[in-house]
Parts: sequence; structure tokens; C-alpha cells
Amino acid sequence: MTTSRREFLKIAGVSTLSLIAPAILCRPACSQEKVIIPGDSSLKTKSSGQALTAKRWAMAVTPSKCPTGCTACITACHGAHNVPDFGNRKDEVKWIWQEPFAAAFPNEKHAYLGESFQKLRLPVFCNHCTNPSCVRVCPTKATFQRPDGIVMMDYHRCVGCRLCMAACPYGARSMNYRDPQPFIAKRNPDFPTRTKGVVEKCNFCEERLVKGILPACVTACKEKALIFGDAENPQSELRLLLGKHFNLRRRAHLGTGPQIYYII
Amino acid sequence: MLEKSLKGSCGYWIWIIFLLAVTTLGFFFYLQQLDYGLGVTGMSRDVSWGLYIAQFTFLVGIAASAVMLVLPYYLHDYKAFGKITVLGEFLAVAAVIMCVLFIFVDLGQPTRVMNVLLHPSPTSILFWDMIVLSGYLLINIVTGWIILSCNRQEVPPPRWIKPLIYLSIPWAISIHTVTAFIYAGLPGRSFWLTAIMAPRFLASAFASGPALLIIFCMILKRYGRFDAGPKAIQALATIVAYALTASIFFVLMELFTAFYSQIPEHGHHFQYLFAGLAGHHNLVPWMWTSAVLAFAALGILTIPRIRRNDGWLAVACVAVFVSLWIEKGLGLVITGFIPSPLEAITEYVPTGAEIAITLGIWAVGFLILTLLYKIFVSVRKDIEGTNDRPVAQLKS
Repeated sequence: MTTSRREFLKIAGVSTLSLIAPAILCRPACSQEKVIIPGDSSLKTKSSGQALTAKRWAMAVTPSKCPTGCTACITACHGAHNVPDFGNRKDEVKWIWQEPFAAAFPNEKHAYLGESFQKLRLPVFCNHCTNPSCVRVCPTKATFQRPDGIVMMDYHRCVGCRLCMAACPYGARSMNYRDPQPFIAKRNPDFPTRTKGVVEKCNFCEERLVKGILPACVTACKEKALIFGDAENPQSELRLLLGKHFNLRRRAHLGTGPQIYYII
Repeated sequence: MLEKSLKGSCGYWIWIIFLLAVTTLGFFFYLQQLDYGLGVTGMSRDVSWGLYIAQFTFLVGIAASAVMLVLPYYLHDYKAFGKITVLGEFLAVAAVIMCVLFIFVDLGQPTRVMNVLLHPSPTSILFWDMIVLSGYLLINIVTGWIILSCNRQEVPPPRWIKPLIYLSIPWAISIHTVTAFIYAGLPGRSFWLTAIMAPRFLASAFASGPALLIIFCMILKRYGRFDAGPKAIQALATIVAYALTASIFFVLMELFTAFYSQIPEHGHHFQYLFAGLAGHHNLVPWMWTSAVLAFAALGILTIPRIRRNDGWLAVACVAVFVSLWIEKGLGLVITGFIPSPLEAITEYVPTGAEIAITLGIWAVGFLILTLLYKIFVSVRKDIEGTNDRPVAQLKS
């Protein structure tokens, strides 16, 4: 077998890079990162083949648009991500769920809150904080933050110490207290299932973004109560929405920099 | 010296077999937990830490308390502690091993434990806790063992051991400070988010640890024919009294801040602990027991006439230990999760399997401690035997 000089240099260069790259890019996900293009005009519900990218992914939620009893976003998310249903509160695993206003915003509740607000059921999930305390406390870097802001989990590295659950001020994380496999209603072969003993949570559908599709909850919401986009792009639908309407973030005073904006 | 642990009375062996039986039972339940997952425990999505982590936290304190013997003896040349510093160091060894085991059984994926070393994360307090705990274990095994071997051979300890002993003093403080930081640095848990956490941990540690040592000295005097001497015991009792005072004082500081400021998210947890919250009051009887025991013990320990009575002192020490075990080994960890960040109240009750595993680890700790103390007592007996002989010969 003969190797041309050009080919040899190519292989040598790639090998060297692959050795150096992880050391330089200390964040585990960096190697998979795509070039970040600001602007989300290409946001589509169907795959365009091109990955959706942003400087900082964020979501605007308008709970008043949620029809009573609608759980479309929850069903879509839990179905797409093989989230088990154990049928009890103790072992419960959930990525997105609904909470009354008083639970989501304990500091904003008061006796004279209008009935429409008291009746609100807010979708709550991981806030993909700019300064995530879960990432800070993880002893194995199993949970990490990507440059585009998504806080991710490596289910193969997690030791299940649950320090991240104690650190999350939003209760967004779930532990697999037992084997989830038998409790997955309908398995989605395109997304990995988890083993017992690891923590999981919302991943902003990074597996869909990379295929150029919006998050499952966003596409499932026919009322457009969930708007996903780049918080750093002033032209994004998200930013235009936030510019027009007053909005709140959950427990923002803790300094975690939550990226879910609630338009109340 | 290890062979010393193999010769003992009938009672000694019954005790060893009992501990092995409890360990085996715990191990059996641990196998069940390995198979099923942490779901065999009472822990839930809302209360994600329970008995295991609470025991770990409490035992770090017991381990750190060895410094209360080492510091007076080595820094202030307080001779009365000379005979028993090794007891403190051996207690620290047993306690740290229990801590490590409690962390281990709490892991959802124990086979991946090496990930903590493979992917070191300096921003994680748990990473630092692993470093300080393993260092502390090593320091105490080495110093305790070397000092005892030198005593046995009646030679002065090697010179290099002194710096190691001095290092063990700040190191002991560090293990409990770092453990407190695991809790005190979490933004969403207002019960733990307090700068007094580390001082409070240390104060309760320096009360519960020496109290346990007094109890052990009393047991060794009765069953092991080793007398630590009344001076050492009384000095330890004084340490317990001061540390207990500080510990109670710190808890009262917490209560003042929570209740005078009337910030709900600070008050709710203490309300849950001492009065119950929205009809949930699992911990209330426990916490009041803890409070009554603490004040009763304080009464006994602060009145010199009562403190000098061995019977009362034993009662006080048991009271201190139980009180602080409830406070730290039960109340502190669980209450941090109640109410949850979403203001949901999920109570926590440990399951039978969880309690069996917990008792199993305590049995492992007591087993290690028994063996080490047996070696210690046998060596002391040999030393005193050789010292007595010439005197006996002269007399005859």
C-alpha cells in the first residue's frame, strides 16, 4: 500500500488535532459544536437538513395561551425522549410539566391575585441557566453547558450522586430510582433510553436542533404558547416578543440566569 | 500488631460475630438495592437525599473531632491526653471509612465511582470532599499506627511524624468545612444557604465526637482494663460542654434570623422541623427530643459536681450523641428538601432496606473500631505489664 505525501500529512494533521482539541476545548460538548450563525430565520418545524444554531437558546412561554387541560407539549416531549411513567410521585421522572402560578412564582403570589392568574397552569422545565448551579456542583462533569447555552447531561458518565438535584432551584431534575425501561409506554428508537441510577432532564431537544427541527414541545403547541429562539439575536421572534411584553423569570434573584421567560 | 485483634474473650468474639451478622444483613439488602436501584429507599424526586447522606454528614463530624485530642496534646502539651490521642485517631479512621461507604451506597451508579477521579471537577465541592476525606483517612491511619507501634517498642516516634500530626489539625477542620460547603453553596436551598453552616457543623462535631470518646473510654475501663484517667475524661467533658454550648447557640442564631426576618423561605424549613408545616410533622417529635436532650446534657455538663459523677457524665454523653445525631443525622439533610423549591411538601420516611444498609455500615465502622481498639488495649496492657514487672520483682 502506498500513501501519498499529501494523504499522510492529512492523516497526521487530523490525528494531532484530535489529540489537542479536547485539551483546549475543556467543555465536553465542544467537539460536536457547529459554527454558530446568529439569527433564527431558518427555524422550521420540519427538518431542513441544516442544524439550527444560536448564540444562546432561550424560550418564551405565554401560559395564558394554554387551553385548559392541554398537555400536548408534555406528551410530545416525554414521548420523544423515552421518559418513563412509573405511576407514582416518589419515583417520578419528568422533563416538562405544569405547575400553578403560586408554585412556579412563590414570591409573586398574593391573596388578591386575579382569578385568571390563579387558574394558570404554567409549563415548567429546565431553565438552561446562563450560570447553572447544577453544572458547577457536578463531580464528574456529567452535566455541562454548551456554548449555545444548552445545559446537557451525559447519561453514561453520571454517577447518580444527585448533587445537581439539590443544586437546581427549579426542581427540574429527575433521578431514575429504578430501571425505566419497562415503564416507557412507546419507545422512540431515535433517542437513547436511560439506565437506573442516573439523573435526567430537559435537553432543549438538542437532538432535533442538530437536524434542523424545533424542540418537540414547541412544535406540539398549536397555540404558539412556546416560542423558541436565540436570545442574543435582536431580530429573533423570541426577542421581538420579549421586547413587546413584560415577562418574568423563575427565581431570577438567585443569579442562575434562567433562560425561560414567562409572559404573564 | 494486627495479631492482637485475634486474641480475645468470649464476649469479644460474640460482639464481633454480632457486628459481622449486622454487616451481612446490610450487605444482603445492598445487593437488593444494586439490583432494583435506589428506589428501595424512601428517597424521592423531591427529597433526593436521605439517611445515607445524613449519616455521612454526621460521621464526618465524628471523624473531625479527633482533633480535640490531638490539638491539646501536641500544641498545648496537655499530658493527660497523651494516652488517648491514638483512640481519637482510630475513631477518625473508622468514621471516615463509614463516610466513604455511605457516599458509595448513595450512588445510583456505584460502578462509575471512578469517574470522580477520571474527570476531576474542581468546581464541585464533592470533588474536594473526596480529596480531604481520603487525605484525612491516610493521615490518621499512619499517625495512629506509628505512634502505637513506637509506644509498643518503647522508642520515641520518628521525627517525620510530628509535621504530619500538625497537618492533621487544620485538615480535621477542613473535612467538616468542605462537607458544610456541599450544602451551604446551593442557591435554591434556603435552609442550608447560611454562612454559619460550617461553624455549626464544627461545633456539633466537637461535642458529639468527644462525647462518643468518653463513652468508649468508660467501656474500655469496664471491659478492656484500660483506664484513660479521670483527668483526661473530665477535660473531654469540658470540651463537650463548650462545644455543645456553641452548637446550641448557633442553632438559636439560625432560628432568630429565620423567624425575626420572617422571610418565608427561611422560616418554612424551621417551622417544618419544630412545629410541622401544613399538616406534615414527621420530624417534630424527633427535633424536640433532640432539643430536650441537648439542654439536659448542657445542664449536667455545666455543673461541675454532677459532671464529675461518672454515671451522670455517661448519661450526658449519650444525650449529647443522640441529640446531635438527630439534629445532623436526621433533621439537617432531609429538611433542606422540605418544602421543595416549588413549595411542595413531600415527607421522607426511610424504608426497612435503607435502615438495614445504614445499620450494616455502622456495623462495619464498629467492627473496624473494635479491632483497632482491641489492638490498642492489648498494646497498652503489654507496655504496662513490662513497666510493672521490675516493681513486682523488687517487692518480692
